[in-house]
Amino acid sequence: MHPFTFEGVTVNLGGTVVLDGVDATIADGGGITCLLGPSGSGKSTMLRLCNRLEVPTEGRIRFRGEDVAAHDPLRLRRRVGMVFQRPTPFPGTVRDNLRVADPECDVEAAATVLERVHLDPSFLDRDADSLSGGESQRACLARTLITEPEVLLMDEPTSALDPAATRILEELGIELAGDGMPIVWVTHDLAQASRIADDRLVLVDGRLADEHEIGHYLAGEAADHVHDDLDDRALDDCADEEEGGRA
Amino acid sequence: MPEGDVGWWGLAASLVLIAVTIGISLWRRLGLERDVVWAVLRASAQLIGVGYVLAVVIDPDAPIALSWAWLVFMVLFAAYTVSRRAPEVPGVLVLAMQALTASTAVTVAVIFGLGIFPVEPRAIVPIGGMMVGNAMSSTVVAGRRILAEFSEKRSEVEARLALGQSWQEASRPSLRSAMRTGMTAQIETTKAVGLVFLPGAMTGLILAGVDPVEAVRVQAAIMFLILGAVTINVVVIGTGVTSRLFTEDHRLVRVRRTED
Repeated sequence: MHPFTFEGVTVNLGGTVVLDGVDATIADGGGITCLLGPSGSGKSTMLRLCNRLEVPTEGRIRFRGEDVAAHDPLRLRRRVGMVFQRPTPFPGTVRDNLRVADPECDVEAAATVLERVHLDPSFLDRDADSLSGGESQRACLARTLITEPEVLLMDEPTSALDPAATRILEELGIELAGDGMPIVWVTHDLAQASRIADDRLVLVDGRLADEHEIGHYLAGEAADHVHDDLDDRALDDCADEEEGGRA
Repeated sequence: MPEGDVGWWGLAASLVLIAVTIGISLWRRLGLERDVVWAVLRASAQLIGVGYVLAVVIDPDAPIALSWAWLVFMVLFAAYTVSRRAPEVPGVLVLAMQALTASTAVTVAVIFGLGIFPVEPRAIVPIGGMMVGNAMSSTVVAGRRILAEFSEKRSEVEARLALGQSWQEASRPSLRSAMRTGMTAQIETTKAVGLVFLPGAMTGLILAGVDPVEAVRVQAAIMFLILGAVTINVVVIGTGVTSRLFTEDHRLVRVRRTED
């Protein structure tokens, strides 16, 4: 059974149509499905519909074949875990954070879940606010995993991280997906999608893009990347010239 | 003339500093002259009008029902003022009405039920007014604080919801923080009273020639009652606004940012 299917989903937020009649399927069989698209295309909204942090104005979303509206939202959210764009540590230690998700969790379970995100058990007593961005995001992932979700939603989880921390989180995602956890991963970074995605959905202006629009989007993004690279190289050249001048 | 009486000449003399204010506004081109004049005229008209009304209401021969009616009017007007000052708070008018009614009812019951002040118009009107006035300010502060809290900590609250917490659980840390802020100001005022400033009731009594120790007793009782009133208000507004920020299916609605 597919983790999620979207049937004619429209979301209108305060007069703005964020999603416009989207029909889509998040494929079964584990792996990472990347939701791609320019900013404002409705990717995050689509993700938030999956755990009912958002509700559709029209249409329906099915989780394993059943309308999410028919689920108890609190139980659904424990089956469908979510990691947010920026790390969201709660006050207290990492252990306190894990206990918010699972008040019953003992030291062994806590240490095991930290290992899954490649954090040492000594992190349990660290103040969650004192962690680096990457560590904090991994602690948040551990906090989500301790509820033993069936599916994972990742809402641009690396957008606040440096390249090294980004790679670690991507590797973790690939590992979890390899263990059979389906992941829906929102990103606007094509390079990231090419590193991690088993499947892709591209959204443009609140609609699922067709082949032509995908080609257009990919070409535009690629041009932007070339542009960025050229800008970077131009800056490097300037810096070299300055250094040369000084020498 | 009693010692504490200002008199019409005294009132006119106090306008000297208003003239200075207008002068500064003109000199520094602040463009506030019209506002200052309007504020002075409005305050004078309001206070003189209220003075005449109060003379009727607190007349020893007037029926006491008139005082209670005046108190109800103050609660309604205060709720309206709160709704004007914090229009971004959802359901603000109804909530302010509930909060102010609750805090006024409880404090008035304590004040007159326990015999702290006699049930007389000259006590009901000014004491009730002080309770309502202070509770009104704390209502605005608490309502705005709670909105700011849920706006700033939106992702933390949603992260809690995403872990399967109910909105009641997910909102608890933010509600607690906003309630603390709402109450801290009044607690600080209570601590500083007498040292940093002499509050209105006590100043009035001392000006009227009452023994300062007696004036202090009255003021202390009023301060404690105000603290109680503010607490009741913050609780009613805090829980009321919070419940309006979440849907039945445990979603956080979009919060309009408070503009301070």
